[in-house]
Amino acid sequence: MSDTLTTLVNQGIGKKIAVQLGLPRPTILRRYEPGQVLVDGRVAVGGIGQGPNVAAVQEILGEAGISHVEATPDTSYADKPAAVVFDASGARTLDELEQLRATLGPALKALGKNGRLVVLGTTPAEVHDAEGAATQQALEGITRSLGKEMRAGGTANLLWVAPEAHGDRGVLDAPLRFLLSSRSAYVSGQPIRVLEAPVQPAADPHAPLDGQVAVITGAARGIGAQIARVFARAGADVIAVDIPAAGDSLAAVANEIGGTALQLDVTAADAGERIAAAVSRLSGHLDVIVHNAGITRDKLFVNTDEARWGSVLDVNLRSQFRMNKVLLDPSTTGGLRDGGRIISVASISGIGGNRGQSNYAASKAGVIGLVRELSQELADRHITVNAVAPGFIETEMTARIPIATREVGRRLNSLLQGGQPVDVAEAIAFFAEPGAAGVTGQVLRVCGQSQLGA
Amino acid sequence: MSPRDVFVLGGNRIPFARSGSKYLKASNQDMLTAAIDGLVARHHLQGERLGEVAAGAVIKHARDFNLTREAVLGSHLAPTTPAYDVQQACGTGLEATVLVANKIALGQIDSAIAGGSDTTSDAPLAVNDDLRKTLLKANYAKTPRQRISALLKIRPSQLAPEQPKNGEPRTGLSMGDHMAITAKAWGVTREAQDELTVASHQHLAAAYDRGFFDDLVTPYLGVTRDQNLRPESSVEKLSTLKPVFGKGDAATMTAGNSTPLTDGASAVLLGSRDWAQQHELTPLARFVDAETAAVDYVFGDEGLLMAPPYAIARLLQRNGLTLQDFDFYEIHEAFASTVLCHLAAMEDPAFCKERLGLDEPLGSIDRTKLNVAGSSLAAGHPFAATGGRIVATLAKLLHEKGSGRGLISICAAGGLGVVAILEASE
Ligand SMILES: NC(=O)c1ccc[n+]([C@@H]2O[C@H](COP(=O)([O-])OP(=O)(O)OC[C@H]3O[C@@H](n4cnc5c(N)ncnc54)[C@H](O)[C@@H]3O)[C@@H](O)[C@H]2O)c1
Repeated sequence: MSDTLTTLVNQGIGKKIAVQLGLPRPTILRRYEPGQVLVDGRVAVGGIGQGPNVAAVQEILGEAGISHVEATPDTSYADKPAAVVFDASGARTLDELEQLRATLGPALKALGKNGRLVVLGTTPAEVHDAEGAATQQALEGITRSLGKEMRAGGTANLLWVAPEAHGDRGVLDAPLRFLLSSRSAYVSGQPIRVLEAPVQPAADPHAPLDGQVAVITGAARGIGAQIARVFARAGADVIAVDIPAAGDSLAAVANEIGGTALQLDVTAADAGERIAAAVSRLSGHLDVIVHNAGITRDKLFVNTDEARWGSVLDVNLRSQFRMNKVLLDPSTTGGLRDGGRIISVASISGIGGNRGQSNYAASKAGVIGLVRELSQELADRHITVNAVAPGFIETEMTARIPIATREVGRRLNSLLQGGQPVDVAEAIAFFAEPGAAGVTGQVLRVCGQSQLGA
Repeated sequence: MSPRDVFVLGGNRIPFARSGSKYLKASNQDMLTAAIDGLVARHHLQGERLGEVAAGAVIKHARDFNLTREAVLGSHLAPTTPAYDVQQACGTGLEATVLVANKIALGQIDSAIAGGSDTTSDAPLAVNDDLRKTLLKANYAKTPRQRISALLKIRPSQLAPEQPKNGEPRTGLSMGDHMAITAKAWGVTREAQDELTVASHQHLAAAYDRGFFDDLVTPYLGVTRDQNLRPESSVEKLSTLKPVFGKGDAATMTAGNSTPLTDGASAVLLGSRDWAQQHELTPLARFVDAETAAVDYVFGDEGLLMAPPYAIARLLQRNGLTLQDFDFYEIHEAFASTVLCHLAAMEDPAFCKERLGLDEPLGSIDRTKLNVAGSSLAAGHPFAATGGRIVATLAKLLHEKGSGRGLISICAAGGLGVVAILEASE
C-alpha cells in the first residue's frame, strides 16, 4: 500500500515543486531494522528538581550505548540531540512547570530529524492533592501539544509512572526504550502508565521474545501478517491464525517466518481449544495471544441489519471472550501462562466513533472495555492485558476507502501520513516484551496523533 | 531389525479445480510445491531435512523429469531433502505412500512426504509423429543441404499436434468405455450410480461445512473448495444427464456419475513414532500394509478397473482380516460404477471362488462406512493427487474416531489396483 505523496515530495523535482506549492511534506519516518542503535545521537536528559527517575534513565541510556547531555535552561546544544527525556514526576506545583518550559524550549529547538521527546510524570490519580494532580495532568496537555508542534517526523509522548515504580529501572526500561526508538515511529501525543511489577529482563534486548510462543489471529495479511513478522524477528515461535479461505497467504506468512499456520475461524466454538492444541505442540503453555482478526461491515446505523451488526461484534469482540475463557483456564494444556500477555487490536473508531461504523465502533470500544476490566482481574496472575488503537494504517482494508476520504484520513494527523502495518506491530510487540510487565489495562493509540477521536 | 511402525502425521492438498479453469496457468510443479508448502506451514517443517519426498504426475512434460525434486527445491523444506518421481497411473499417490512407508518401516528413513500432482490444463502437446520423424531426420543431417531438404518435406497436415489421449494403449478404448463394459457385465444400474454420486457430493460438502478440511486443504489461486463439488446435487438432477460412455442399455454412465478431468495436488506426511515425537506431531493413523494387483484386461476377460478386489483379497488374507473388519472404506470413485462393480464382485460367490480362489465370498460392506467424507466424484480426480487426498482423509477420520481400521482401494489404468490398510494410532 503506497503513499505516493510522501515518496514524491521527498525526492528530486517533486520535492522542489512541493515546497513551492506549499504541499504538506510528510517526512519519511525512521523505522526499526535489526541491530539499529536506539537513537541516532545523544540524548538530552533533564528534570524538575531531583527527578526521581533521572538516574534510572541515565542507566538505561548507558546500557544501550547512548551518551547523554544534561538538559538545563542554559544548555547550548552544539550537535543536534536525537531525543529529549524530561523527568517531571516530582513536580507538584504549577510553578515548577516553568522549569519544564525553560528547559525544553532550547532542547526541542535543537532536536534533529525523527526526534523524540519523552516526558516522565506521576500518574495523576496517584497524586492526592489537587494542585499536584493538576500539575501532573498538565503534562498530558503539554505533550499532546508538543506532539503537534514537532517537526520532521518527531514524536512527543508521556510516561506516567506510579509512585512505587519511580526510579525502578526494571519497569521503566522497556517503555522508555520503545518511545525513544524508531519502533514508535507512528506513536505520538500518547501517555503510557507504568506500574510497579516484577520484571524478568530479556536476555537479548534485540530478541526480547526469544523462546516464547505467540498466537496471532488474522495473520494472513495486513497488520496481522506484519505482527507475525515482528514477533518472529523478536525471537518468538509464531502460530499464525486466519480463516481457512485465507490459508494460502497464511501458509506463505508462516513459511516466511518459520512459524506454524493454523487455519481457523476465530468465531468457531472450539477456537480456544484448537489454539491450545496447536500451542501444546510447541510448548506446555502460551506466552502471548494477539487478538488482531477483524472485519468491517460499514453501513449507516439505520440501515445496519442484524447480520452486519452481529458478525462484526462476533469476529471483533465476542470471539475474544470465548478464546480467552479457554486459554485462561489454568487446566488448559497450551493455555496462557501466568505472566503472559493478552493484546487486542482496537481502533480509533472505537474511541471517536465513525459515521457508518456503529457496529465496528461498538466492537472496538468493547475491546477497550474488555482490556481495562480483564487487566484488573488478571493482575494477580501478572498477566497484562492491553490494546492498541490504530489510526489510519496503509492496508488492503484502508485501500478500499474512496480516494478523497482516504487522503483526508491519511493526512489528518501530526505526522501528515498514514501509518504502516509495522508501526502497529511494533507497539504490540512492545506490550509483549518481558520488560513491559508494568504496563497493563492500557490502550495505546498508534495513529500519528490523528485528530479523529482525540 | 524388525520393521517399525509407520504413521500418517498430516496431509495437505490444494482444492481440486476443473480442468481448463482456475489452474490453467499452474504447472504440476507449481501445484506440487504449493501442496508441500502448505504441509510445511501447517506442521512447522521449514528448513527440515526429511528422509525423502516421493511424488509424481501421470500427465507429465518431458521437462518435468525431476518433478518432485524440483518441487522440493522450490519449497520451504531443506534443499538437502532427497526426492524422486513415481508414476503408476492413478495409483501414483498411494504407491508413493507405500514406498516411503516401507523405507520408514525398514529404518532407512525416519520421515517422508508422499504425494502427487496432475493437470490436464497444462498437458504436454506432443508433435505429430510424422513431424517428429522429419525433425529428427533434419537434426541428424550432416550437411546444411541435407537439413534443408529434410525440412522441406514438412507438410501442413503434420503441424497438427498429437492430442493427449485418455485411452488404453493396448485396446484403444477410453477408460470410460472399458468401464461401461464392466458395468454392464455386473448389471450396475443408472440409479445406483447416481445415488452413489449424490452421496459423494453430500458427504464432501458436509465435511467441508464441519471444518473437517480446515487442516487438510490449503486454498490455491483463489480456489477455497473443490470446484467440482455440487452440494445441491440430487438424483433427479443427475437423471437428466445424457450417457457419455457405452451404448444401448449399457449406457448408464454420465458426466455426473463419472469423474471429470481435474487439476490439483496433494501431499501426505509420514514418519516413525520417534520422529513424530521429536517433532511434536500427533500420529493420526498407522500405515499397516498395502498390496498392488494387476489384471489381464487385454487378452483375459477381466475388466480394466477390476484389479482392486484381487488386491483386497490378498491383503485381507495376509493380515488375517475379513472385509467386514473395517470402520471406514475409502474406495476411489473413478466412476460410480467402478465402486459398485467392486462391491458386487466381492459379494459374488462365483467371482470370489473362480477369480479370487476363495471358498467364501468376501461379502458385503456396511454402506454407511463408505467414503464418508466424500470421494472423487465430488472432489474430482487429478490422477496422481487422489492417493494423497484419500490417505490424509482416512487418517484424520480414524484419528477423530480414536479407534478402528480403514481400507483404501484405488483402481488405475493398465489394469492396476493399489489397496492399503490404515489403523487408528493409539
Ligand atoms: N487498517 C487500518 O487502518 C486499521 C485501523 C484500525 C484498526 N484496524 C484493525 O486492525 C486489525 C487488522 O486489520 P487489517 O487492516 O490488517 O485488516 P485486513 O482485512 O487486511 O486483515 C484482517 C485479517 O483478519 C482475518 N480475519 C477476518 N475474520 C476472521 C475470523 N473470523 N477468523 C480468523 N481470521 C479472520 C482476515 O482474513 C484478514 O486476514 C483489525 O482488527 C482491524 O479492525 C485496522
